[in-house]
This record gives sequence, structure tokens and C-alpha cells, in this order.
Amino acid sequence: MDYQLHPFGDNGIMIELGTTISLDIQKKVRAVASFLDQNRFEWMIEYIPAFTTVTVLYDMGHHELVKDGHYPYDKACEKLREGMAGLLLEETQDPRVVEIPVCYGGELGPDLDFVASHNGLSIEEVVRIHKTTTYNVHMIGFAPGFPYMGGMSEKIAAPRKETPRLTIPAGSVGIAGNQTGIYSIETPGGWQIIGRSPIQLFRPFNNPPSLLQAGDLVTFKEITYQEYIDWEDRDDKNH
Amino acid sequence: MIKIIKPGLLTTVQDLGRYGLQKYGVIASGAMDQLAHRIANLLVGNEENKSALEITLIGPVIEFTENTLISLAGGNLSPKINGVPVDLWRPILVRKGSKLSFGPCKTGCRAYLAVAGSYQVTTVMGSDSTYIRAGIGGFLGRPLKAGDVLNMERMTSCSKRIFQQLSNEIGERDYIEATWKVDPMITACYIDKKPIRVIVGRQYHWFTEESKQAFFREEFMVSSQSDRMGYRLNGCHLALSTDKEMVSEAVSFGTIQVPAEGNPIVLMADRQTTGGYPKIAQISSVDLPVIAQAKPGDKLQFRLISVEESQLKYLEREEQIKQLRLGISLLHR
Repeated sequence: MDYQLHPFGDNGIMIELGTTISLDIQKKVRAVASFLDQNRFEWMIEYIPAFTTVTVLYDMGHHELVKDGHYPYDKACEKLREGMAGLLLEETQDPRVVEIPVCYGGELGPDLDFVASHNGLSIEEVVRIHKTTTYNVHMIGFAPGFPYMGGMSEKIAAPRKETPRLTIPAGSVGIAGNQTGIYSIETPGGWQIIGRSPIQLFRPFNNPPSLLQAGDLVTFKEITYQEYIDWEDRDDKNH
Repeated sequence: MIKIIKPGLLTTVQDLGRYGLQKYGVIASGAMDQLAHRIANLLVGNEENKSALEITLIGPVIEFTENTLISLAGGNLSPKINGVPVDLWRPILVRKGSKLSFGPCKTGCRAYLAVAGSYQVTTVMGSDSTYIRAGIGGFLGRPLKAGDVLNMERMTSCSKRIFQQLSNEIGERDYIEATWKVDPMITACYIDKKPIRVIVGRQYHWFTEESKQAFFREEFMVSSQSDRMGYRLNGCHLALSTDKEMVSEAVSFGTIQVPAEGNPIVLMADRQTTGGYPKIAQISSVDLPVIAQAKPGDKLQFRLISVEESQLKYLEREEQIKQLRLGISLLHR
């Protein structure tokens, strides 16, 4: 596998696997992440995967990195290279498909009208296009459990709001450019909100605490307002 | 236990952070000034990663409902016990019923209050840090309020020894300070006004020559839009020499990123896990405590060092802390 190592501050190594967002590079990112999960280096604090990079944060003072008068960065790079030497891009198991229920429009999706009129479509058409697409989770970031998803139709793309909303409820499904995402916790944000899911994406008392993971496939299933209200798994703390 | 009479501006329970879950987007949180946090814990015989209170700008009023071994470290927010000024960077035994209060910020803006045994809170995702936005961790997932009561965990044998020795000496007084304190070598970084050391960021070369030079020449002011997530800095505008599109990647404690409008943002303890703005620099770990104590209106300058120098300085600091830890464990044998 081709990669480059770069220093990331004084306690990190960025493993660069490419420069553009693609499924091929995402597969490499996942291979490196799973390598790091299986070969936990004692000196590694954790790693942060993104679209084209995996960043390893390490303990500069760890005895394995400070011996023989080497700089910790050089030693950590050496150990990473050794470990990754045999790393193959084998086909891992089929990706998980996660179905997310969404109630579109109304008070739960205040920007659905805007997305429709912006694209010269009816509300029904926007919903139909949004819910009949399968999305790919490229990475989790920005907020706990927040999925960056690719694969949305250009037909329902819409710019971010000029002024972000101060609070967006957890579960809100939004569009920004040609990305779609789901707000995992209540936070300020500028995405156009087209609906809301009763599903909890961030589960602080579960392991892992995120419902979705990079590599998952996501589909949306339309539910009614009543079904949304009656959903058993609702996270009432966030409402 | 301790009782919060007044909460102050922002008083939260923190440890050294929630690590291992940033891959799921869970922010690290933790003490802003990790050096002061660690030392506060060491001074009362706790392990370094135990919970302590992070006190910001305007301090709380706290009542001790039992004899308690405490320490204060970090910013000097003019701490007083029953109205009498007390010192930072040394253990203090406080008599039951006494009140701790604070005054103006003399240096820095964040003080750490550790108690022997540390605070009893529910550990969430492996950490006792308060993650305010998600409402979890620390004390009920929120900053402290008037009326809150915090219990303590059991003391370590080291804490008990310090407690016992000071108990023998307290007599009729409201409190007694230990006669020893942290070596000023370690705490000098809070007093010396030196430029903050940084390493080049991943997109440093994306900036114009003029911006790169200005970054190290000019002063930047910490703006009022600064909090535990990040500090917005005001100064010269930094411009890119490329219109390359950046793909979001990891950020970390001390990352200095520059959004399109040109004012740098320093990411701090409650930073997000990934970011899409070009990074001009990264603050050297050894100087994170210095920026953690910077408050709105303070002026900062940056100085470039190599990764190697930065790592060397970090290892020197760790050696000093190791000596302190050893000293404390031997002192009260």
C-alpha cells in the first residue's frame, strides 16, 4: 500500500493515503484503521481517520520511543512502517447497511421547501430522491457520531444557510452542497434541514458510542409524524 | 465533601481527557492547562489523571464540610481561605467549615483545584471530563451550580501521609500550607513572557510568503470569542497563495487553523476531531499550558521550532514532573 508519513504537531503522525475523496482511498483508510485496531501499539494514544488520512497520536515520553537516543517521531515512524509493511488491501467483509427512519418536512424538516424550490422540484420528488439513494459513510467527525456521507443526487443539492441556526436538534437530517448528514447531537449548524430521525446516532453508554462507522452504507426509510412520535428508541434528552 | 456556594463563571470537573474515541467524533475535552492539572493532583497525592475542578476567570465560593487536603495550581485568581490569601503550587489542609473564594486574575485565567482522593463522579466513556455540549461526564454533564455537593473518593496512602503531617501541625488555625512548593523551574513558563513555540502546520506552504513572515513577526490578540473549544485571534490577515480545496483531516490540541476571512483560530481542549481549514502551525506541546492561561485581550507572538526541538523540550518537562512526583512520594515517608 502506498502512503506517506508526515509529522502532525510534535505528538502525531499523519498517514496520507491520497489527496482526493474516493471510495478507493476510503478503503485504504479503513484498512489502516483496522490494522491499528488489531496491532495496538503501546505508545499510540489513539488514531483519527478522515477522508484520505489516518492520524496517529502518540505518547512522546513512552519508553519504546525514547530509547537509543532517537527522537520519538523517528522511532514511531519506524515502528509504523515495520508494522504496515505487510499490510494488504484485502477485501474486508461486505459493508453493513443501516436503515435510518426519517420523518420528512413539516416542523421537523423546515428547509424541505427551500431545497425543493431551489432545485425546481416538488417536495415529494425531493423526498423520493433522498430516500431511494444508498449513501456511503466516508467518515465520522465534526460531532460525536456525525456521519459525512457521499452519494447524494446532485438534483437535490442545496447551499448551506447563509446564517447558521444556533441550535439544530439531534436527529435532524440535512443537506449541504451535495452531501447529506444527520446531526448526532444538538449543535449550531448551517445545513438545510429536510427531516428528523428518532434514532440516536450518538450513544455515549454503548461501545462503540457511534451508531454509524466509516464504510457503512446508509438508506433512509420515510416514516410519518405519528411514527416519529411513537418511536420506542427515542432519545428524549435531546428533544 | 465540598459544597458550591457560588459557581463562578465556569467551573467544571475535568481530567486529562477522553481519549480513544475521537475516531467516532467524540471530542477529547479534559483540562485546558494539563500541566497545572497534573501538578495540582500530584500535590495532594493523587494520580495525575484524577478529576480536578477547572476554575475560569471568576472563581467560585466553596465550603469544605470536612477537613480537606487541597491544592491550587495554574492561573493566580487570588485564592483566599476565610478571606486570607493562600498560595498556589503547594498542599493546603483546610479545616472543616472554611470557605475558599477567589479575587482578580493576577496571572492567567484558569485555576485548578484538586482535593485529596479526587472528586467522585460517574466515569463516562473512560473519562471524568465534562463534555458540556453533549451533557455528559464530570458532574451531571454540566458546569457546577450553587448548591451542588461533590463527594470525594478514598485517599491514596500518599494523600494520607500528607494529610496526617499537616493535621499534626494545623493547631487552631483555619488552614495550614505545606512549607514546600513546586520548583519554580517548572512554573516559570507562566511568568516568562516568551513567544509561544510552534511547529509548521500541514498546510503552512499554502500561505503567501508575506503571511508566513507576518505570522512570526506580528502580535495576535486573543479575542473575546474564545472558549474551551478554541481561541479566535485578531491581528494581521493571513492569506493563501493557492485555491486548492482542502479535504477535512484530523486536528488536535493546539492546531492553528485559518478560515477564509484570515484570522487564525487556535483549537483547544473542546475542539472538534476533524477540520477543513488550512493549518498554518501547531503549538508545541510544552507551550500548551501558556496558551491555556491566555485570556481575551492578551497578546501573543509565535516562534518557529523544529519537531525535534519540540520533542526534546517536552521530554525535559516530563523529567521535571517525574522528579516532582518522586520528591512528593519520598517527602512524607
